[in-house]
Amino acid sequence: MAQTGIAKHTDTSQARTAQVMQAGLAALLGLALFIGVALSHPAAVHNAAHDSRHGIAVPCH
Amino acid sequence: MAFLKSILISALIAGFVAGAALTGLQTLKVYPLIFAAEEIENAGGATAAHDHGDAKHHSGDATSDQGAVHSHDDEAWMPADGAERLLYSLLSNVLLGIALGLILAAIFALRHVATWRQGVVWGLAGFIAVNLAPALGLPPELPGMPAGALLARQTWWLSTALFTAGGIAMVFLCHGVIWRVAGVAVIALPHIYGAPHPVNLESAVPATLAADFTAASLATNLVFWTILGLLTAEAMARVSRGSESEIA
Repeated sequence: MAQTGIAKHTDTSQARTAQVMQAGLAALLGLALFIGVALSHPAAVHNAAHDSRHGIAVPCH
Repeated sequence: MAFLKSILISALIAGFVAGAALTGLQTLKVYPLIFAAEEIENAGGATAAHDHGDAKHHSGDATSDQGAVHSHDDEAWMPADGAERLLYSLLSNVLLGIALGLILAAIFALRHVATWRQGVVWGLAGFIAVNLAPALGLPPELPGMPAGALLARQTWWLSTALFTAGGIAMVFLCHGVIWRVAGVAVIALPHIYGAPHPVNLESAVPATLAADFTAASLATNLVFWTILGLLTAEAMARVSRGSESEIA
């Protein structure tokens, strides 16, 4: 019984680790996309996102 | 992978709707104010104010070469005024919505946030971290307003958003008085350090226009974050209910 308990615990903690990794990946993807649209410097990206950048009040010029 | 999939799907749905709603709201006041400021800037108001010359509203320090790219750069591509410009704003806002939605959805998935009310509260925290706190040091800018070096301001802006988000998390999600006090300190830190400001504060953009823009920008972003938080939580709840019933 005790062993099954430990096995179950390891299972759930492994599942939790996997969830944290996946959530972390999604959050990093979000941060990268945000920086790309709102803060990156290439002129074409800046010009395309210009009004949007002013609208969300990030430094633009 | 169902876990990651639910995050991605929720962020896509919520980000698309919130970004589209933001664009609709911005057409009411935010874009007209930007266009009005650009007209003043292009009418030569900048030269009347100070000697910007070709560099327009960039400060002349070492990092200003980073800031040399802006909408008035004649060599770079830019969307044509009118429908095309609006379309690119819509695209940018949707991408920003998805980006911020991904961060919210990741948190919601780990913390089992699944009601729209909780989603709205998280959205409000996002507004405080991303819009309100940075606006204390760097108020929403109109084109043609004086500003410090771009890279320095971007660094301060991003740091302040991250510090505020971290501080809010420490105050509300950690247990113990020490964490809460530390959280408040972390929120205050970027403001104690101070935002980079321009040396010359003269501006051709009327103060009333700038004040109007600040209020319009903050109000539209507040609505955006409310919708984003609400829909991300709602979508997470529905997607995970759907995947549970698939398994059963």
